Amino acid sequence: MVEEESLRVVRCGGSELNFRRAVFSADSKYIFCVSGDFVKVYSTATEECVHILHGHRNLVTGIQLNPNNHLQLYSCSFDGTIKLWDYIDGILIKTFTVGCKLHALFTVSRPEDSVFVIINKEKPDIFQLVSVKLPKSSSQEIEAKELSIVLDYVNQSPKCIAFGNEGEYVAAVRDFYLSVYFFKKKTTSRFTLSSSRNKKHSKNNFTCVACHPKEDCIASGHMDGKIRLWRNFNDDKKYTYTCLHWHHDMVMDLAFSVTGTSLLSGGRESVLVEWRDAAEKNKEFLPRLGATIEHISVSPAGDLFCTSHSDNKIIVIHRNLEASAVIQGLVKDRSIFTGLMIDPRTKALVLNGKPGHLQFYSLQSDKQLYNLDIIQQEYINDYGLIQIELTKAAFGCFGNWLATVEQRQEKETELELQMKLWLFSKKTQGFILNTKINMPHEDHITALCFCNAEKSEQPTLVTASKDGHFKVWILTDDSDIYKKAVGWTCDFVGSYHKYQATNCCFSEDGSLLAVSFEEIVTIWDSETWELRCTFCQRAGKIRHLCFGRLTCSKYLLGATENGILCCWNLLSCALEWSAKLNVRVMEPDPNSENIAAVSQSSVGSDLFIFKPSEPRPLYIQKNISREEVQWGVFVPRDVPESFTSEAYQWLNRSQFYFLTKSQSLLTFSTKSPEEKLTPTSKQLLAEENLPTTPFYFILGKHRQQQDEKLNETSENELVQLPLTENIPAINELLHTPAHVLPPASFLCSMFVNSLLLSTETKSAEEIPEDIDMEEEKESDDSDEENDFSEKVQDTNDPDLGEDIIHQLSKAEEKELRKFRKVDYSWIAAL
Amino acid sequence: RSTSGAEHESARARVAGAERGWRRGGKCGAAGIRCVAYNNQSNRLAVSRTDGTVEIYNLSANYFQEKFFPGHESRATEALCWAAGQRLFSAGLNGEIIEYDLQALNVKYAMDAFGGPIWSMTASPSGSQLLVGCEDGSVKLFQITPDKIQFERNFDRQKSRILSLSWHPSGTHIAAGSIDYISVFDVKSGSTIHKMIVDRQYMGVSKRKCIVWGVAFLSDGTVISVDSAGKVQFWDSATGTLVKSHLIANADVQSIAVADQEDSFVVGTAEGTIFHFQLLPVTSNSNEKQWVRTKPFQHHTHDVRTVAHSPTALISGGTDTHLVIRPLMEKVEVKNYDAALRKITFPHRRLISCSKKRQLLLFQFTHHLELWRLGSTVATGKNGDTLPLSKNADHLLHLKTKGPENIICSSISPCGNWIAYSTASRFFLCRLNYEHDNISLKRVSKMPAFLRSALQILFSEDSTKLFVASNQGSLHIVQLLEGSFKHLHAFQPLSGTVEAMCLLAVSPDGSWLAASGTSAGVRVYNVKQLKLHCTVPAYNFPVTALAIAPDTNNLVIAHSDQQVFEYSIPDKQYTEWSRTVQKQGFHHLWLQRDTPITHISFHPKRPMHILLHDAYMFCIIDKSLPLPSDKTLLYNPLPPMNESDVVRRRTAHAFKISKIYKPLLFLDLLDERTLVAVERPLDDIIAQLPPPIKKKKFGT
Repeated sequence: MVEEESLRVVRCGGSELNFRRAVFSADSKYIFCVSGDFVKVYSTATEECVHILHGHRNLVTGIQLNPNNHLQLYSCSFDGTIKLWDYIDGILIKTFTVGCKLHALFTVSRPEDSVFVIINKEKPDIFQLVSVKLPKSSSQEIEAKELSIVLDYVNQSPKCIAFGNEGEYVAAVRDFYLSVYFFKKKTTSRFTLSSSRNKKHSKNNFTCVACHPKEDCIASGHMDGKIRLWRNFNDDKKYTYTCLHWHHDMVMDLAFSVTGTSLLSGGRESVLVEWRDAAEKNKEFLPRLGATIEHISVSPAGDLFCTSHSDNKIIVIHRNLEASAVIQGLVKDRSIFTGLMIDPRTKALVLNGKPGHLQFYSLQSDKQLYNLDIIQQEYINDYGLIQIELTKAAFGCFGNWLATVEQRQEKETELELQMKLWLFSKKTQGFILNTKINMPHEDHITALCFCNAEKSEQPTLVTASKDGHFKVWILTDDSDIYKKAVGWTCDFVGSYHKYQATNCCFSEDGSLLAVSFEEIVTIWDSETWELRCTFCQRAGKIRHLCFGRLTCSKYLLGATENGILCCWNLLSCALEWSAKLNVRVMEPDPNSENIAAVSQSSVGSDLFIFKPSEPRPLYIQKNISREEVQWGVFVPRDVPESFTSEAYQWLNRSQFYFLTKSQSLLTFSTKSPEEKLTPTSKQLLAEENLPTTPFYFILGKHRQQQDEKLNETSENELVQLPLTENIPAINELLHTPAHVLPPASFLCSMFVNSLLLSTETKSAEEIPEDIDMEEEKESDDSDEENDFSEKVQDTNDPDLGEDIIHQLSKAEEKELRKFRKVDYSWIAAL
Repeated sequence: RSTSGAEHESARARVAGAERGWRRGGKCGAAGIRCVAYNNQSNRLAVSRTDGTVEIYNLSANYFQEKFFPGHESRATEALCWAAGQRLFSAGLNGEIIEYDLQALNVKYAMDAFGGPIWSMTASPSGSQLLVGCEDGSVKLFQITPDKIQFERNFDRQKSRILSLSWHPSGTHIAAGSIDYISVFDVKSGSTIHKMIVDRQYMGVSKRKCIVWGVAFLSDGTVISVDSAGKVQFWDSATGTLVKSHLIANADVQSIAVADQEDSFVVGTAEGTIFHFQLLPVTSNSNEKQWVRTKPFQHHTHDVRTVAHSPTALISGGTDTHLVIRPLMEKVEVKNYDAALRKITFPHRRLISCSKKRQLLLFQFTHHLELWRLGSTVATGKNGDTLPLSKNADHLLHLKTKGPENIICSSISPCGNWIAYSTASRFFLCRLNYEHDNISLKRVSKMPAFLRSALQILFSEDSTKLFVASNQGSLHIVQLLEGSFKHLHAFQPLSGTVEAMCLLAVSPDGSWLAASGTSAGVRVYNVKQLKLHCTVPAYNFPVTALAIAPDTNNLVIAHSDQQVFEYSIPDKQYTEWSRTVQKQGFHHLWLQRDTPITHISFHPKRPMHILLHDAYMFCIIDKSLPLPSDKTLLYNPLPPMNESDVVRRRTAHAFKISKIYKPLLFLDLLDERTLVAVERPLDDIIAQLPPPIKKKKFGT
């Protein structure tokens, strides 16, 4: 099935969900958020992603409900287009091409035909708020070039602009002033706060603005944590404001409730504050939200709020300030020390998450599964505080054990180090702390690995440290009179000439342990802990070390800092081959002999796939990323692919994911962009339940009769009657939104024909094809398009609506021709 | 600067001891403010303090405190109001209603309301009736007659004391705040129409009682109440229902004042904050309006006991003794210095007198006098040094008055042998005898009846004559002899006027006496011939200080608008210098100063110098130098010593100003080389006050 398409780098999930304010649907059932180049539609009740709106070719920068049709959603992007979506079905309705980078989008109910966007024209930091007239046209691609400037020199962030009183005025804040533009009067008033001159007002900067939905009142948030409520601002002189002050740091976002009776604010305190009646004394708090509140939005129905957090999380909050749902993406705002790992049980990607936590992230569903609190201490969010960092983690014994290392270093000589070993509890389906080892080493731990051999009877862990030792830890019986227990103890301490141990690695069968000491690799027997042999290439410190697998298990690979990749033969104890390659990441595939190495050059990063037995690489992909690749990992596939081409065979059983310096999670895919862009055929909610319309009764009656007929003639009837669900024409007809369907006259003949029981039973052929298509769609994971992939995608957007028309018109002629041949004798039977 | 630095600094060092004593002395001058009442017609503000003193500030004349009525121990004022135009009434816990005579500066009459302590009083919108709320729950209506007030009737008696009262602008209804409820009365029948129960709940906790500290009745029938639970509530008086409630403070909200236009009001809280509420349109294109809390102001450290709302400013006063006038920027037409915040703390008159010969300072307190001898030093030093004292200041005398009345004025003779002081009903004259370190005090008895009460007392330079300005408007000259006295003459006020004289100045040669009242011009009397010599042409602004220069007998007059005139008494006309000054005008920064000049003195050896000071600066005007133009720096810092004389001469102008002082109460020349200055740091006043309500401050 899979054609040999060229391999491309694609972004796979993990995009920022908190880039812009989330938007609720009118009935609060769905929540929309921008996510990279897509718009995601989540269910507020189940937290599930129900749709991904594909179509933009660059970062989506703004989404708003269509104020005149609450079942439609506008989105704007850096690619210079505004798209109108039907979010219920996940269908693109229209594309308006504006032409320049759009930074934010605002919609108002009047005037109906225009929206507002932020653009920057000349200088890089001068932004303008312009209104864009969206021409009325039936075509799908429309040029919208009619721009008129509303406000000049505004802030880039959409948080700094708000429309009030049903679009009668717009308030924009920047630096130390608030500008209000009145559309009716066409005047701008500007109110300036005293600025940095004296110390008291030095943090008076505006940070965000919100408008009261019912009254002429503007709320503005400030750097010093104050919220100002401006009133009477249509009078330049009699304007007045009042202050609300609770936040001690910058107010990140503000939102009024739908009725305007309460104001919500949030900031770095991670506390959502609800100010009731805009009174300083009457406020409610929702504390401990986990991370800085970046955005706050309110559902149009008024029953839900949601906050977007800096840890890539959206919390849906009930009106009574109870968090009801959490949509957690990949936590990315911190540096990754642990690297990428795969939890053998859940096949989830494991890496540093929230401070002090390990996150388990499902690649398939682009969703965080859970957070494991490793450090188990309250995180104090204070600038300049030296925190405990989770630096290393490793899974062992098929996911039964997890080892973590945390450290905190305030001064050169004061290192706090702790190693924790976690046992997977089947009962609680989670990791439980088993052993805590204080100061396992005198210095930083550089590597950590479990012996994963299948036959090993005793779990073994090796840690290598800068203090010149490596330690072998084994699980022993720790029972006492009170309970049976197991615990980890140190079994062996090895060292080599006081060199710093830099890496450690077990061979696949667990019989050998390789530990690198700076430039030297030592091989130890894991039974007796005897030093077997040493390899020394004098080519710089060893950065990466790994054994070959399966047929290549006699090889040991080492990558050095000086850009040499060496392969030693363990049987001959000699260097098999070496290559000049500046290896940044070296990862063995657990399911094959393949080893992936990512090299770093000044141009970008290149990927090499090779077998240790051959110095010639199997596959080379140049320039996979312009940035430095920091971590990579092979993820075993659930369903093996079957690439026939030799170059892609390495992707058959595993998929390679890698993380760049800017923390984008990328992978490889061969699927064509068109394929990837076909909207998912998944339907929302009660979609399968057809409404009880007259149409349904016809169908229902028809099907009943079919069933009866089937029962009667199941034996001798040669013709298998197709079920209505399986007739593609009906499927399409029912599942395509009405507004994108061709005229009914157009469809009629085909529809009627599909219902007719022709003696030829043409539709039988279509069934397998259709199933196949669905299968493929299901297997389509959340891989996302990468914007810097060198292979440029086709520019013409696949458009479903057009597609259908096209197909139908083609089919029509055939259909019409067949009409005469069809046997309608069965009609008499009705 | 003309006096050399060393001289000046030594004076500072010497007075240090005296300052210390002053600090220890307890309440000085300013007591906490209890009530303020603003009179729109005359643009005057009446302020009553907790010691019973009532002060009148003229807001048109640069917020000058032009009149004051001394307090009385038993007369704790609880309410103050203007009625029938310019008449001022006060009521207090002794149950009396008092009317003040604003001309003669004394109490016109006191009348018992027979309802126990009076907590509240308000005048009807027409100004013809007076309403008082008493301890026993009665609300009493008084009719104001041209020369008195007359009890008319009682309203329905309430359960507990009436703490606040407000008339409906039409005069038909009254709202009265009591404990836990607000009553609405019908004026005609005197019966209660509604009783609106105030919620006792305070932040979810039930407090014992909810005291309604203030009510305001608006013309649309809305009653605004402020209470001890920190709430500002809006009630509909027609239905007796609560319309809206604002919780604004964790402590009591103690006062409320509504603007005449009823588009804004101000409330003061026990936390020292005042909140401004405004009636604003809900949206720009609708007529619907709502009350919105707009700006909070924190100018006080302690309870804001009272607030007032003038058309252009919010006025507040409280326990911390400050009177704060906060202009409303949106109401101010031009941004001149009327738009600046004013904070008045110190009385605008002298409370200290000095005996130059014996180097004694006499400090006047509410109920006692203290006499201190200045310390001295033998050390010398550079400008800016603080010299060590070789002899500490001595507290020589502590003189307590008898009776409950406050001291109005006091003075010590230049020779140091006489002390005179006066209360509202008695005049005291004492003779001091110095025998080495011992002092004996002998009261001169049998003061004549006409010397019952004095507004100002002044000794002549040679200490042989005593000049007394009585509150009857007459001036008395008394000859002082060893241990006795002789009344020489009384200058009677001009026929028809009873205006009291508040400021006196005598020429050093003893031949001229200048006296000024609150409004009329300055009169100069010839003491030798005992007759009126001349009257200085009247000026719009009140006189704040007077002095006659030695030798030339030029009278220097300072007015509340910071104008300084020099008038030659022998020539009966303004001097050439004064005319030049008026022609050129003062520097704009000088005219923007907001505290009045309280004292003027002269250097005996430098006739061209005029020394004057107010609470925040000390200035020497050198008449020989050119006046500063608006472009030059007025407050020129001391030019560096190494700068050439040419530069210094070019930048030099007539005004040498020093602002190094913390609030300066008194500064005078002791001798040719010594100045004495008395400072009163604000922190000391605050330290004597009861502790303010504790508020948790974030980050502490």
